[in-house]
Amino acid sequence: MIFEEKGIYTVHEFTLAVKGILTSGQFNDIWIRGEISNFKNHTSGHRYFTLKDKNSSLQCVMFKWHGQNLRFEPEHGMKVLILGDLDVYEQRGQYQLKVRAIRPDGVGELYKAYEQLKNKLALEGLFSPEHKKALPRFPKKIGVATSETGAVLHDILTVMKRRYPVSVLFIPTMVQGEYAADSIVHSIELLNRMEVDLIILGRGGGSLEDLWSFNEEIVAHAIFNSKIPIISAVGHQTDYTIADFVADVRAPTPSAAAEIAVPDRQELFNQVKKLRELLIERQKRDISDRSLHAAELKNCVDPGLLQERLSNYMQYIDDINERKSRNIERIIEGRTSQFRECAGKLDTVSPLGTFSRGYSITLKLPDKTTVRSINDIEKNDLIQILVNDGRINCDVNDKEECKWK
Amino acid sequence: MEMNFEEKLSELETIVEKLEKGQLSLDESLELFEHGITLSRECNAILKSASQKVEKLIEEDNNIRSEDFALSDENIKGANS
Repeated sequence: MIFEEKGIYTVHEFTLAVKGILTSGQFNDIWIRGEISNFKNHTSGHRYFTLKDKNSSLQCVMFKWHGQNLRFEPEHGMKVLILGDLDVYEQRGQYQLKVRAIRPDGVGELYKAYEQLKNKLALEGLFSPEHKKALPRFPKKIGVATSETGAVLHDILTVMKRRYPVSVLFIPTMVQGEYAADSIVHSIELLNRMEVDLIILGRGGGSLEDLWSFNEEIVAHAIFNSKIPIISAVGHQTDYTIADFVADVRAPTPSAAAEIAVPDRQELFNQVKKLRELLIERQKRDISDRSLHAAELKNCVDPGLLQERLSNYMQYIDDINERKSRNIERIIEGRTSQFRECAGKLDTVSPLGTFSRGYSITLKLPDKTTVRSINDIEKNDLIQILVNDGRINCDVNDKEECKWK
Repeated sequence: MEMNFEEKLSELETIVEKLEKGQLSLDESLELFEHGITLSRECNAILKSASQKVEKLIEEDNNIRSEDFALSDENIKGANS
């Protein structure tokens, strides 16, 4: 050994020697119960605190990479169980626990952690309705992740067999204990690679501690990230786990989950029967409607009816013909009397009428212009006088101007 | 591809609706009717033939296989304990 050879240590050598003993493996993977104090979340991402009980205290550090999976934020005064390995901080010669996991200890602490995570995930939108996937109406194959021993699988299979027997792919899953969360996540991921169209995640009732794996953040994210819709059926009707909030549908019990998952076969039989009856009834009605229509059409082309219509038309044509000739007669009559009237009027203004009353017209020859004035002619001109029944040719001997009016 | 129950049922519903609306030729309506009756028979057949098949997924050394699974009394006993 070193001290036998050299006798004297440097501080660092001694510290390293102590560290060698303390970290030899005896204090690895140990769980310690205690209360958190002096909690400090450093900007570096590492968390420092003291774990203490009535009589002792223990320095603890949780490095960033381990803290990432924390499902709640430790607080001063919180009662916890921590998992870690013993280590020595060489600069101070101080032994400390390198913490890998922190679990709430006791129902009050569990509940606090539950509320914390619920609020966090709600803020992240994991419970939002718009992320809920619709369940298939008629699933062909249903994945069931639950414990192999337990009433849950039995209840689910029994209800589904009664309602609508479908294929079930069962994946044995740990639903309680330290490795349950990982097992649940693994099952969900595995079922996502199988040809199932719906997943039921189930567990029977239990205490908050028993159901704890369903409140783990990794489980919540696995459910959220599942491409296949998930029905959660965890615990009894009154137990709400984080998984229930994230799941696409929450069933109060495993039996209820099975009822939600598959339709009722009898109802479907009835539905098909009803549709079939409707179909037949509609078709009967359709045929009878068409027959009725055909009968109506037949009546319309009845020969008697046609003849009646034909004679009707013939009479109408006669009628029109008669009215036509009557009209023409009337028009001719009207035109004749109109003509007579006009001829009479013409007679009264004709020069021929003037002649019969003793008047005559004098024309100057040879161009036969009407003589209207004494100035139109000269002595020895030739004139012609038109009277009622002839012409008189004259020489002008003399002319004399007179005033008649 | 063969239609599944859901598709058959929904087509049957559509046919009943179409016949209800009318405005089809006699040939069309007869054809739809026949198709509808066939669908209803097929739906019934699918419902009747449904049976529960349970498989258990087993992982061994990174291999995944499935085997038929039946509930045993042990499972139930475990439930009640």
